[in-house]
Amino acid sequence: MPPLLSVYNLKTYFHTYRGLVKAVDGVSFDINEKEIVGVVGESGCGKSVSMLSVLQLISSPPGEIVDGKVIFEGQDLLQYQPKGETMSSIRGARIAMIFQEPMTSLNPVLTIGRQLTEGLEVHLSMNPQSARERVVELLRLVGIPDAKGRLDAYPHQFSGGMRQRVMIAMALSCNPRILIADEPTTAVDVTTQAQLLELMQDMVVRFKTSLVIVTHNLGVVARYAERIYVMYSGRIVESGLADDIFLNPLHPYTIGLLKCVPQLGETRKERKLVPIQGLPPNLINMPSSCAFLPRCDRARDICRQKPWPSLELIEGQHYVACFRDGPETP
Amino acid sequence: MNQENPGNVIEIKNLRMYFPITRGLLRRRVGEIKAVDDVSFAIKKNETLGLVGESGCGKTTTGRCILRLYKPTAGEIRFNGTDISGMNENRLRLFRSNMGAIFQDPYGSLNPRQTARTIVGMPLIVHGMNDKRQQNNRVEELFKLVGLDASMMTRVPHEFSGGQRQRLGIARALACQPALIICDEPVSALDVSIQAQIINLLEELQEKLGLTYLFIAHDLSVVQHISNRVAVMYLGRIIEIANSRELYENPLHPYTKALLSAVPVPNPVIERKRTRTVLKGEVPSPAAPPPGCHFNPRCNLATPDCAESSPELRDTGNGHQVACFKVQA
Repeated sequence: MPPLLSVYNLKTYFHTYRGLVKAVDGVSFDINEKEIVGVVGESGCGKSVSMLSVLQLISSPPGEIVDGKVIFEGQDLLQYQPKGETMSSIRGARIAMIFQEPMTSLNPVLTIGRQLTEGLEVHLSMNPQSARERVVELLRLVGIPDAKGRLDAYPHQFSGGMRQRVMIAMALSCNPRILIADEPTTAVDVTTQAQLLELMQDMVVRFKTSLVIVTHNLGVVARYAERIYVMYSGRIVESGLADDIFLNPLHPYTIGLLKCVPQLGETRKERKLVPIQGLPPNLINMPSSCAFLPRCDRARDICRQKPWPSLELIEGQHYVACFRDGPETP
Repeated sequence: MNQENPGNVIEIKNLRMYFPITRGLLRRRVGEIKAVDDVSFAIKKNETLGLVGESGCGKTTTGRCILRLYKPTAGEIRFNGTDISGMNENRLRLFRSNMGAIFQDPYGSLNPRQTARTIVGMPLIVHGMNDKRQQNNRVEELFKLVGLDASMMTRVPHEFSGGQRQRLGIARALACQPALIICDEPVSALDVSIQAQIINLLEELQEKLGLTYLFIAHDLSVVQHISNRVAVMYLGRIIEIANSRELYENPLHPYTKALLSAVPVPNPVIERKRTRTVLKGEVPSPAAPPPGCHFNPRCNLATPDCAESSPELRDTGNGHQVACFKVQA
């Protein structure tokens, strides 16, 4: 069965006064049906921009999707105008997205009920009455107490965790095939994070939706994701099943990341953290060689001479973009 | 100097910090928020005590009381035996050279118009080092100590990366050779690869300079990594305090258990074996905490008497203290 969503060689650049920023530079990934996929990386690695590009939510200028294909249900979404009818009918209905900051993604001057019914009325042409009923049901499903009474409440009357539940209800309201959650729990406390992630996991099983979790938290992807993409500086450097990535990491960046996060149950006497040297690269006017090179402890001559290697299959579904064991000289 | 326990750098007894809730034109007092409610602990020399809890639990307020940025409502704060809870501003200004503070936001806690040299050197001036040459030498020494290049002294904060800014904050905190440093979420604003650099730096400095840390953070894995002992706070009270390893292996309070299980571990094999306890509801407002044990409405062990009186911290052996009626030990 072909994947539900296939992204090929996506390139999203930003034209800034200081130079060209290749925020996403040749990213390819697949999302299969009913799958939970994790996309991890540090700030500025292009994980959010990749997802926003799928939905063509890149503001242009300064942004521009310069190349690539986004194949969803057999058609390339990039052939459609960002503001055109086709994209509008897909965005929010077939592919839905949850953002990091639930306060800024909800409209503060409209009631929760108004905001939730809008999607149903637009996408599914429901009448206001049945839309309201459906919304009450959804709010109950995501665990909002007194759902009916809260329809006329405004976002500021909800706590952070509750607002994110509202966002989840909104994203699921039109039965999307794919739910993209961009740092859904960064702004909330850890017990609320657990509540929200469990809820999302239950919901995608119930709605038979695929879930993409974009996060910098390695623990979250280890707990929920079946397959993982690791991004660095606008590219995917490693991908594979969760076990491949965590138990047999091959890219020096992935290895470094795992060595530098403290793990619950380990004190400093048992394992000293090994930081990755240096800083994440400045994305303006990048050289063509591997962006991790200046920080890599395994860099060799070939890494300096050749352009950034592309992803190569190691085994099963495990891909790595690194000249790891190749010949010493080209 | 200290009559009670000479090994303790800081000792806190029954600390309370209540903030008034006022209303109307005359700012009538209509209630209070018990941000810190009867908290006691001590930190030994060279030790790191971690303070964890969710937002609004009072962990930052506790830190600020120790720095005497707030005047506590009640209780004692003994620093090397001297009670500073009621000390006046004049004496405090001198006394504060014994304590340093590192804050969460490396952007907001550094003055954007000052050079790095001025930022790090300011505590020296405040505490009476007037000789310019001496100041300069000390700032240079501090730069080296935190791993910054001395040539960066003339730069302003925006020319530094997040991790380097946090190093500046650490250098400033160390300027007056304090015995105690309050680290308030020092790594939560940083990327993971940078977090490890700062955590390691804090650990090295502690060994080199014999520092004592109060490490406040919400990230349990970070706190557990760096701390010797960990105290867990919930709605203004400490509900459990234990040696860091013991707390992970043998958590006693139901809230600690839930908190630990909520933290995902970056290892899918371990994750598959773990039981996940998901708490019901949310943290209640500290303006109207539930009666009795504050955790009782969300607790799976709670019985009606939990809402009647609040449990005190009691020792279950080996310095493991817990505040819960239901824990058998």
